[in-house]
Amino acid sequence: MTQWFKEGAKTVPSNLPCSRKRVGAVEWREIAKSVCSAGGRLFALWGTDDRDRDSRFRVFAAYLQSGGLAVVEHEMDGGTRPTYPSLREYFPSALRMERAIFDLVGIKSMEPDHRGWLRHGGWPEDAFPLRRDFCRDNQFAVVSEPYSFVQVEGDGVHEIPVGPVHAGTIEPGHFRFSVVGEKVLRLEERLGYKHKGIEKLFETMPQKEGYKLAARISGDSAVAYSWAYCAALEAVTGTMCPPRAVQLRALALEHERLANHLGDLGALGNDAGFAFGLTQFSRIKEDLLRTNQACFGARYLMDFVVPGGVAPDLPDDARRLLLDHYNAIETDVVSMRNTYDNHAGVQDRLRETGVLKQDLAWNLDANGLAARASGIPHDLRADLPWQPYDKLNVKVSSQATGDVAARVAVRFDEVIESLRICRALAADLRGGDIETTVPDAEPGLLGIGAIEGWRGPVLIALETGSNGSIRRCHPHDPSWQNWPLIEYAILGNLVPDFPLINKSFNLSYSGHDV
Amino acid sequence: MINTLSRMIRTGILTEEVLHAPKANLPIGDQQEKIRRILGRALCIRHVDAGSCNGCELEIQALNNPYYNIEGIGIKFVASPRHADLLLVTGPVSVNMEEALKRTLDSIPDPKLVVAIGDCGACGGIFGKGYASRGAVADVIPVHHSVKGCPPAPAAILQAILETIQSTTY
Repeated sequence: MTQWFKEGAKTVPSNLPCSRKRVGAVEWREIAKSVCSAGGRLFALWGTDDRDRDSRFRVFAAYLQSGGLAVVEHEMDGGTRPTYPSLREYFPSALRMERAIFDLVGIKSMEPDHRGWLRHGGWPEDAFPLRRDFCRDNQFAVVSEPYSFVQVEGDGVHEIPVGPVHAGTIEPGHFRFSVVGEKVLRLEERLGYKHKGIEKLFETMPQKEGYKLAARISGDSAVAYSWAYCAALEAVTGTMCPPRAVQLRALALEHERLANHLGDLGALGNDAGFAFGLTQFSRIKEDLLRTNQACFGARYLMDFVVPGGVAPDLPDDARRLLLDHYNAIETDVVSMRNTYDNHAGVQDRLRETGVLKQDLAWNLDANGLAARASGIPHDLRADLPWQPYDKLNVKVSSQATGDVAARVAVRFDEVIESLRICRALAADLRGGDIETTVPDAEPGLLGIGAIEGWRGPVLIALETGSNGSIRRCHPHDPSWQNWPLIEYAILGNLVPDFPLINKSFNLSYSGHDV
Repeated sequence: MINTLSRMIRTGILTEEVLHAPKANLPIGDQQEKIRRILGRALCIRHVDAGSCNGCELEIQALNNPYYNIEGIGIKFVASPRHADLLLVTGPVSVNMEEALKRTLDSIPDPKLVVAIGDCGACGGIFGKGYASRGAVADVIPVHHSVKGCPPAPAAILQAILETIQSTTY
């Protein structure tokens, strides 16, 4: 952690090293600038309405640095027009987060773009759902509002609007292409269609129930989110999870990574015109889900990570079953990688398609899998390992080319590395309890849980209320940083390559729209 | 090429014949026959995610894997609502997706069927109703059948689709 931050900083309960500092408007930007120049990353940005407590609004920025997390807090007077300086100059990904903060909390960054991001006319312009005086049960008639996309003009330019309903079994979002012939000149995304009011809903739930909602922020990352939530809650209550539970959580997280990577590898083959890849990988994935059912009691582990541990325990014969299955997956995946690598048609579609060079990826705040495929080898499991990853020596996979082929290669590498981690965990599985009791937390505490999910790092910022309630809970998905990358990766590519490029990132809509 | 072919042969045919629709209790081959008898062709499904967490989508996608092989029994997913007989809806209906869902339903030619998937689609699930969520699919558009589960297994989704077809009178 840099020296300037340490002065006056307080420790924050978290599964990672984390500290917190309250700053004024000038320092709010200065810290962003020095984090940026020191190679730190913007992790998350959120706002709170604390007018009931001290007549203030607050905005929080979480930064990821080599030594740990730094949470910076800036408060503003609860008057009629609370504003704060934008971080966009140093971290461009902040812009959409700032727009979302305005939609939900009603505090404005000093940026000219105030088009609604999560608010599409579903609630009045002067109502802000995350304010204390806004009732979650309010239902409003939708007043459809026009959204001004940036227009591209010139000879032969035309627009292709796509979505929110897409042609496959996927999530909804809108893409506005400006094209000349087949080539994409510009892409503008519009998201927020899946906004369900998750942050407001958290505030109606007891601390001990919140993990269920966390698991459903993005169903494909259920383990990552529920672990992040439980890590935050356990940190503020000073709870130590039993060693066996910690190992089983990591096993579940790696199974989640495997299932998603296997599914994506198949879908990417399919989008490259190689249906054989989809058939094979969807079979391998189905086998894994069936093993999940046999060992963890569910195909998707929505409620496996619980506060204080996991539930249920593995059956007695699980270890043998798991180890055998890992060998089978590895044999299949190695052989399939060989097939993909040596198939001229597949390689022709994957290589030099949707290129995102390292410097651009860095400047756009790329994180997680997408960043690793563009030569930025960040992975919380290796950079700031929490238990049990501190003993697992995770090897980070990275590729320099930043094209679809690189994102495929990173997935292949990570499948093999995950299998190694799973074997190590299963072979060394401790005995003993799988759950411990979690007391109610003191009110007014902030806890941070951060977990490297399959897509990238997810964060839960949990502020406790009185009598075991949740005062505020902010989930952050890595897709916030990575959605804007696609607007650049598509430039100059053909429209028909968009599904392939989009799939190679496979970002979350639900986790982003919350 | 040799690799691909040899893997295909080694993998063999994995489609499971064990799935039955409980009412008719027909094996897969007979299901196909029944769909053809009712519709005269394949059953075409359009899926709309009206605000789910993406869990149900993963299980719907699994229906296309070789174990369930949904196309093998004459059911296929189509890209346009105008080609569809049945609308499969996941999620609580988010306020921001309400209009898109209604427009998709309107674009499907009559007669049409609607199946709501998962706890959220069936009854609002953990999200329920709120400022940004309209709750269950049936609170927004007419629903013929729903299947619970978080997410429901592919076999349960397939059963719901087959039961919906069998209970239709057209």
